[in-house]
Amino acid sequence: MENSKYMNPYLAGLLLGLLLIATIYITGRGLGASGALKSFTVASVETVAPSHTQATKFYKEYSGEHTGSPLMNWLVFEMVGVVIGAFISGLISNRLNFKLEKGPRATTRIRVIGAILGGMLWGFGSQLGRGCTSGAALSGMAVMSTGGIITMFAIFGGGYGFAYFFRKFWL
Amino acid sequence: MGPLVPDIIGIDLNFIFALIIGILFGAILEQAGFSTSKKLVGLFYGYDFTVLRVFFTAGIVAMIGVLALTHFGLLDINLTYINPTFLWSAIIGGLIMGLGFIVGGFCPGTSVCAAAIGKIDAMIFIGGALLGVLLFAEGYPLFEGLYKSTNLGNPRLFETLGISQTLFASLFTVVALLVFIGVSIVENRINGIKKAPIRFTPYYFGIAVFGLVVALSAFMFPERKASLIKMVEDNSLVNSYNLDIMTVDELAFKLVSDDSKLQIIDFRSAKEYEKFNLPKSSSFLIDNLFEKEPNKLLSVNHKVNVFVGNNEIIERKMAIIAKELGYKNIKILKGGLNAFVEDILNLKPTKDTISQEGRDTYRFRVKASQIIPKLIKQNKTSGPVKKTQKRVVGGC
Repeated sequence: MENSKYMNPYLAGLLLGLLLIATIYITGRGLGASGALKSFTVASVETVAPSHTQATKFYKEYSGEHTGSPLMNWLVFEMVGVVIGAFISGLISNRLNFKLEKGPRATTRIRVIGAILGGMLWGFGSQLGRGCTSGAALSGMAVMSTGGIITMFAIFGGGYGFAYFFRKFWL
Repeated sequence: MGPLVPDIIGIDLNFIFALIIGILFGAILEQAGFSTSKKLVGLFYGYDFTVLRVFFTAGIVAMIGVLALTHFGLLDINLTYINPTFLWSAIIGGLIMGLGFIVGGFCPGTSVCAAAIGKIDAMIFIGGALLGVLLFAEGYPLFEGLYKSTNLGNPRLFETLGISQTLFASLFTVVALLVFIGVSIVENRINGIKKAPIRFTPYYFGIAVFGLVVALSAFMFPERKASLIKMVEDNSLVNSYNLDIMTVDELAFKLVSDDSKLQIIDFRSAKEYEKFNLPKSSSFLIDNLFEKEPNKLLSVNHKVNVFVGNNEIIERKMAIIAKELGYKNIKILKGGLNAFVEDILNLKPTKDTISQEGRDTYRFRVKASQIIPKLIKQNKTSGPVKKTQKRVVGGC
């Protein structure tokens, strides 16, 4: 589909690839997204129920691997940047507005439930799979990590496998 | 040599970089159209393959770029984060995420992007994602077995497949290009557009030229390490190369007088080094010369690095490589460690006592042969220098 409003996908891909190279050269690690969600979740639970985090294995393992506040995390800063960058881009291209997007046959109710469930599946799956489309699939591809590329194929393969059953959501 | 963190860029400055990188990341995703769920899921129904194009172009560009940086000795891949491989959690986690993609219409990065420009469904999605992480965290004991099973370490796919990394990257690129053509055909058919799937616009042309330049430059400038190792195989060059030489007596004197500028770089095998090593020495292997972490040792200001090996030829080869890599203050030991052991440590009574100079040297060597073994013994207790390599911590 040709849409003059958006950047040419190959040019965008080239720019994204160059950004990823720069990120690996500067920091030694790739881009990511779901790690920030994890930091945010851990920080929230720590604030609401500090005794709970001290007694539960997941949080104990997390604080064993990370020092300082969970929010003082590279990916959290990066995701704050994403919000700013996307906002500026939307502002320039005149795409800022509150809108609930859904397929032509989907009701608002279905879209809301789908978004919550889909989000939950991502939150859960990205923890199990050690990263999402950015951290595992894209950055994994850049360093040719076997695990990252397997996760990538599983994500896209899963998407195609399940697409038929949810066509009412989108078509 | 990269990565620049943590030596050149500190931990705090790294956060600023994270913010800048994030801004660019968000802007590129938004400009590419990743801020709308309809465009994102289009790839699964065949009406819009933008995501696939952006994603794989970025992946290939980054893969080739990382390969090129490593090839030219600009990036130490041993310090770079390589996503670990846990086979089953990668597959099952990936499938769950795939289901999430089709149900939710986003992935985490794109949802943040879309929420930033006001998409309400994206904000709901983020809320769901936080719940999902919470679910995993709270139920962690249930999933831990799967999460930690089949740990294969940090393999890279070309190693798993047993092919060279350049071949792998080339194959991957060819497959991706074929996929790009294929999805264009599918997309045009589904949307009822009659247009050639391959068109030579300046964009495609520019990207192709960029790829070719990188590939050709790799052929023209062979890998630094391989070419230097090949260079020192030429014996006449090795023997005629101009190097600073230190005699065994000079070295002995510097050891006896505890010269703080002296730094000995020992190129013998780890076993030989463990058995016997001089004070102020560090064990080095040829590979260490090309790595980031050990090289800090060679770059210390005002230090004189004396390269030692069993014989002078090995010293010469290593010193030439180091000099070609741009290190300064490199000297080699005349006659190698074998000469040092013979002339100083296992000193035998000599007959050359006729000349004044010969007598002086002999007197010095007698003294040195008594002191240096003691220094070696004292040094033993501290053990050899351990060089620890630490990978950058990364991942989601």
